[in-house]
Parts: sequence; C-alpha cells; structure tokens
Amino acid sequence: MMYKYFPHTADDLQSMLKAVGADSLDALYSDIPADVRFRGDYDLPSEMSELEVRQLFEQLGRQNRQLVCFAGDGVYDHYTPAVIPDLLARSEFLTSYTPYQAEVSQGTLHYIFEYQSMMTALTGMDISNASMYDGTTAAAEAMMMAVNAGKKQSKVLVSATVDPKVVAAMQTYADGLGITIEMIDEHDGATSLTDFGRRLTAGGVAGVMVAQPNRYGIVEDYTGFADVAHSLKALFMMHCVAADLAVLKTPGEWGADIACGDGQSLGIPMQFGGPYVGFLCCTEKLLRKMPGRIVGMTSDNRGQRAFVLTLQAREQHIRRQKATSNICSNQSLMALFVTVYLSLMGRQGLKEAAMLGYDGAHYLCDQLLQTGHFSLAFDRPFFNEFCLVCDKDIDALQQYCAEAGYMAGVKTGDNMLMLAVTERRSKEETDRLVSLINEYMNTL
Amino acid sequence: MNNRLYGNLIFELSREGRRGCSLPKNRFGHHDIPQKLCRKHDAALPECDEPTVVRHYTNLSSNNFGVDNGFYPLGSCTMKYNPKLNEELSRLPQFQHLHPQQPAATVAGAQAVCTLLKRSLCALTGMDAFTLKPYAGAHGELTGLMTIRAWHKANGDEGRRTKVIVPDSAHGTNPASAAVCGYDIIEVKSTAEGLVDFAHLQTIIDEHGKEIAAMMMTNPNTLGLFERRIPEIAELVHGCGALMYYDGANLNPMLGVCRPGDMGFDVMHINLHKTFSTPHGGGGPGSGPVGVKARLKDCLPQHVSPYQGNFAVLMRAYAYILSLGREHIKKVGPLATLNANYVKEQLKDVYELPIDGWCMHEFVFDGLKDKSSGVTTMDVAKRLLDYGYHAPTIYFPLLFHEAMMIEPTENESKETLDAFIGVMRRIAGEANAEPETVKTAPHLTPIGRVDDVQAAKHPVLTYQQLLLNETN
Repeated sequence: MMYKYFPHTADDLQSMLKAVGADSLDALYSDIPADVRFRGDYDLPSEMSELEVRQLFEQLGRQNRQLVCFAGDGVYDHYTPAVIPDLLARSEFLTSYTPYQAEVSQGTLHYIFEYQSMMTALTGMDISNASMYDGTTAAAEAMMMAVNAGKKQSKVLVSATVDPKVVAAMQTYADGLGITIEMIDEHDGATSLTDFGRRLTAGGVAGVMVAQPNRYGIVEDYTGFADVAHSLKALFMMHCVAADLAVLKTPGEWGADIACGDGQSLGIPMQFGGPYVGFLCCTEKLLRKMPGRIVGMTSDNRGQRAFVLTLQAREQHIRRQKATSNICSNQSLMALFVTVYLSLMGRQGLKEAAMLGYDGAHYLCDQLLQTGHFSLAFDRPFFNEFCLVCDKDIDALQQYCAEAGYMAGVKTGDNMLMLAVTERRSKEETDRLVSLINEYMNTL
Repeated sequence: MNNRLYGNLIFELSREGRRGCSLPKNRFGHHDIPQKLCRKHDAALPECDEPTVVRHYTNLSSNNFGVDNGFYPLGSCTMKYNPKLNEELSRLPQFQHLHPQQPAATVAGAQAVCTLLKRSLCALTGMDAFTLKPYAGAHGELTGLMTIRAWHKANGDEGRRTKVIVPDSAHGTNPASAAVCGYDIIEVKSTAEGLVDFAHLQTIIDEHGKEIAAMMMTNPNTLGLFERRIPEIAELVHGCGALMYYDGANLNPMLGVCRPGDMGFDVMHINLHKTFSTPHGGGGPGSGPVGVKARLKDCLPQHVSPYQGNFAVLMRAYAYILSLGREHIKKVGPLATLNANYVKEQLKDVYELPIDGWCMHEFVFDGLKDKSSGVTTMDVAKRLLDYGYHAPTIYFPLLFHEAMMIEPTENESKETLDAFIGVMRRIAGEANAEPETVKTAPHLTPIGRVDDVQAAKHPVLTYQQLLLNETN
C-alpha cells in the first residue's frame, strides 16, 4: 500500500477499517452496483520514480525547439524577472484555495486588491475584477456584461480589426445566449468610423468592441467613437494589450465603459498557450454587472484594515442560474504574477520596456523595408508589432528562419507577415533575423 | 503562518524615483510616437526597489494558509498535496518559452504531453476523446454543454431541447453554466436519503421529455453519497433522447472504483486542480478538460480557448499520473474514502449527521448536535482556524441550514485525522463550556472576523478609492 504520497501503514489501515466497521476497503463501496464497479487495471504506464519522470519530461523537452521569437499575435515574449518565479513558488500562495476564509487568506486578498488597483491605473478605468481566464474569455464576459446592462438589446458590434481568436471566443459564448455579433468593416487596417456609425444607428446595439493595438499591431485613433456609441445607448468596449498601456492612451481616456484583454504581456512566459490572465475593468456605474470575484477593503473586529471577497451576490454560488456569469475562479496565481511584475517594473520601468519594443519594432520594420522585398501592409502608426506584404512564399521563408532557430513572425494572410519585437530582443538578434530573411530571398 | 497581520500595501512602500528592474540599453535608436495616441499621465504604479518588493510579498504570503501549512478539509475542493516535482517540470525552459503558434516540427514534445495526457484521461474515465482547452471546471461545464447543444443540433433537435435537469444539491456552477449556454434549468429534488428523487425525475421526464437536452450530475454527489440508481437514471434520461453530463468535481474517490464512462455518462469534465493534484494557486489557474463518448467527438467546440488551454497545468497533471502509475492511482479513491469515513464515524456523536451510511470522499454535518449554546457552523469553522486547521466548506450544499462539508484527501495520515477529530470534539465541548470563545473566534489569526456588510455597502476596491476615502 505504501507510496510516497500516501501515509497509511498496514497498521493504520487495520485500525481505521476497524474504527469504521468495515472489513476491507472494498466494503466501503458496498452501495455501488456491481455492474458499474471498475475492477480492472487502468491502461496506464507502470509507476515511475521521480528521476524517471524527470528524465521523461527532459526527453520530451528535447523534442521541442526554442526559437528566438519575433512573433506576437496576442502572445509576446517578454522577460520575466527572477524574483517572480521565486515568490510564486511560495506554497502559502501556491497551495491555498480561493480566499473564502478571510482570516487565513489576507495574503491572497491583499495582492488581489493590489492587482485591481494596478489594472485600473493601467487602463484608466474605475474598477477591476480579480482577473479572468485569459484575454479571449475576458472579451466574451465583457460582451455578456454589455448585454446584461442593456435593456433589451442583444446585438454586439465587433470591429473587423479585433483579433479573430477573440472574436471566435465571443461568438462561442454568443451562440448559446442568443446574442448577435455583427462585424464592423475595416478600412485600410483600421475600424471604419462610417460603418461603425451606420450599424449603431440601425439600433438594437448593446455594446461595441474594438481593439488597441488591433489585430495588425496598429494603434487606432478612436476619437469620437465613444461619443457616438453613448449617444445611441451602447457601451464602448476596448480589448487591449496590457503592457502597451504603459504608453498608449488608456481605454478610460478614449471614453470606454469596459476595458478587457490579456495580461500575458506583463512578463508571463508564453508556455505554449497558458496559463495567462485575462483582465476586465469597467466604470463604477457597471460595478454590479461585473462578473467574477472582486476584493474590497473593510475592517476586522480588532479594528484592523482587512480585505475580503465582496459583492458576492452577483456570483454563481449565490445566484446560481441568475448569476452574471458561470465563472467560479480567477487566475489568482497569475494575478499575483502580474502584481509582482508591475511592482518591480514600476511607473518608469514598464514604460521603458514598452518603448524598447516600440523602438525595436520600428528599427526592424525599417531594416526589412530597406531589403526591397517588403512593403508596409498599412500606412498607419503601430506599436511593437507590424504587418508587411511580400510576394514570396511566406511559409517557406518562416521555415528557413525556423531552421536557423528564429520564429519570423506569424503569417496573417496569403501575402502578409506580422512581426513583433519586445524588450527581450537584442539588436544582434534583430539584425540576424534581417540577414536570414535576406539570405532566403537571395536563394530564390 | 503569521499570528500578527502584515498589513502594508505595496503602494504605501513606494517612493518617487525608486526602481525594481534593470533593462537592456536601447540600441535601436529613438523613434517618434504620435503624442495624440499616448496617455497623458504615467500609470500610477508603485516605485519600489527589488528587496522591498521581495520582502513585501514574502511577508504577505505569511498571512496565508496553504495545503503545505496544514490540514485543509475543504469539502468539494479536494485539497490534496501538490507534488514539488510537478512544479519544477512545469517550468522547464524547453516548454516554458514555446510560442503557441510555433511550427509543429518545433513543438513535438509539447504536443506529445497533450496526446499522452488525453490518452491517460480516457483510460481513467472510460471516455473516448478529450479536449484540453477549457481553463477551469466551470469553463469545462460550459464546453461540455456546448458539446451537448451541438449534438442535438446535428440531430435536428436543437430548437426544442431547451432544458437541463440539475439536482438541488448541485454545485452552483451547474445551473450557472447551463444558463450561460442558454438553457432553462429544471431542478430535481433530493430524497430524505440525500439522493436524486427518482420518482420526481420520472415526473419531470414524463412532462418535459422532448424538451430535455441533458441531465447534469456529480457522482458521488455533493453530500458525498454515491448515487446508486445511476444506471436507471442514465437509462431514463437516455430514453427521452437527452444526454448525461458528469461534473468531475468529485472524481477523486472514483479513482480505482468507477469510471464515469461506465456509469452511462456521455460528457464530463475533470478538475485537474482537484483530482490530479495541480495547485489551486489561491483560486486559479485550474484546468477543466472535457471528455466525451466517441459518437460526440465531432461535437466538441473548437473556440473555447485559442490553444491547448492552461498547458503548464496539463504538464503537472501528467507528471502526477506518471508518478503514481497504474499501481498507485487506483488506491487514491479508496484511501480518500477511508479517511472521510474515519473522521465521520468519530464525530457523528457530537456533530449532526443528517444522513448516515457509507460516504465517499466527503460528508456533510448539519452543525453541532447540541445547538442549545447557539454556536453555529460559522463559529466552529472560525474556531478551527485558531487550532491551525483550515475550515471545512460551510453552508453548502444548500440542503441543510448548518452544512459543514468535510473532505480529507488520501494524503492525510491517521495522526493528522486523529488530531483533527480531537480538536473538533474539543470545540464541541467549548461550545457548551465557554460559547463566547467560539462565537468570537478566531483569536489567534492575523485578523479577526471581518465586516462583510461594510465591504459591500461602501465598496473600496482600489488603492485610488482608498486614498479618496481617507481624504473625505
């Protein structure tokens, strides 16, 4: 019976079975009909020692190839300061449950309050929840919020410049709820204000979702959008890349009612797709429509400042089918990640890191345009990601670079290549990518 | 754990000009950025040096209680040990730095982890296919219900199958997920024995059979009781053309005992952060893979998340399965079940056990047997904190006023359980001898009981609001 995670000795088993009045472990299951009992052996490998498990994962790891990453498309290769994994591994954080027992959970409640404060500072909004699964589901929850806040409108407009992965998640949730998603035309890589106005005027719109930077890396000018939306009683929602908000005009400044997006860009490793963290912020007016957990300040019976999960009357464990959402968790540990990251980067550091990516991307773009093989897909301002058009085979180009250990962006159309640069990319790596691309072009 | 509160906020440690990071020099040259696209003021983030940040969060962590600190009998949450090896493996650089859209040839190892994990989950549950995309249990429920909707749609039956049956003892996420998926909920009652009321279910199906899309169940249920009539329930539900959904929140005691796929379930989710030992992380990230029978394979939705869900969580779960192997994983259920019955049997003379009999991994008391002192379940839970235990899940399930749901996992030793039993009995004694001590507990934790009403009535949800409050 003995195994490293099971403390039961043979004597323990004997005396415990005796105490409960069972003559064997099997007797505990006498209620279970025989035809649903599983009596066989699972079709699984035999137990492995710690060393063997480690060796197996290392061997699987060798089947992967780390590439110097110039890809983004929603997931960015930022640097993680050494402090973060160390603090996240503290088992008081790592192995605790949702902070329902406030008296023994002030650590978690405290950092969530800090997280909420930092996300509102970054987005320029009033309120943040305790975090969501990721950026795509945060957008879907934002959409549901808008529809819940609206009186009878069940239509949500989404700009064609919003990342298709985000739109797919919204559509997936919309299908079940009878929400209609209508796409707003794009014009030269940006949301068409004319089409935006036209579709809003048609009526029945609960909210509008736009992106910043958008799916092409373009920083759009949303002057006037919020006013038009508000004049027609629709909420204005923005899906943003968190790190870029260190520099860019905030959703709050653009007049947004809801800001959402992914916090992965705040130093979270790409780890093949997750876990990341979604953020969801809103105006004070929409507080009661907010899904998910929220931490608030209060005091304890000793007169100390304390933090606690609050406004739980919105949530599924109280409201069941009438809840604002079915969400029952947050990405708490990833919210801690982001909170420590923002504490370390601070007011200046976050801006400087973002500008390194900005300058790196503009340098790379200039260098690639100079090769004469590319042209800019759109003549619009971009942040740390941009799209180029090329009449050569992009798949073959990317494969050539991958063989040399470089991930040359993401292919976003037949002739379109999207590249991203973060503070993690050195000038040497950037120059090397340019020469690899040149080498490839010269082989044609 | 601290017995005195460390109460600073990182913002209160901030001083203008301090830095906690160092960045490479900018060698790309300066590029102008259009000012009208930039924010007017810097984000009001703290400015701290690195040692201050490290001490702050280290001290904060000491205000917390985790599984590594002590016994955590939180019912329905399966707070088992989170192996350290799995943490280390999940951070291997060969996996950690993979962009999710890298060419397939460069991510063969990561893909293999996903394939092997899916195969293991099929073996353990009797399902035929899994998707790893859902991020959490509730997300898995939603994914499973979308699968069910797609199945009915493929059969030309979507329009009229608008209802989902949920037991009154179900987790709150069941009805909430069904509602988010656009379904109406029909609640089926529990019998006095705490099981699904078969006669009531029969009535529901007679009346609404053609409108039912699915029945959601967890087995064992939230009272920790095995639903013995599951074969008949499944037959009845299938008979009206609906599907059976298994909420995997209570899967742990079934390891080595039963497989949902053999009990008549068509769709299920698994909480990897419960049964498969990945850490709860203070409320996430979790992972909620969804499994289906072969005929439903093509109905799994593609867009519940863009990539392979919470991949680093999947790695931990797979490491757990490999470590235990087929020999030890089948002991998990029986040992967890023995532990729960052991605690129940030795406390049921002082705590009210509304439904006697074998429990599975957990059981529910309805408060103290002797309620004359006015000591409530809340009071007992808070007093447990003074003795160095986490509280059980309280006031759930909703079937009993003073519900107290206790789940000791297979990782707890007889000594730990004996000590806990001793403390629970002691608290029952205190309830009579010195009820005020219990009613005002906890006394030895960093903070005392909090004012929930104040928090909800005057919400202060950010540091900015806190400052405004102070100036007013």
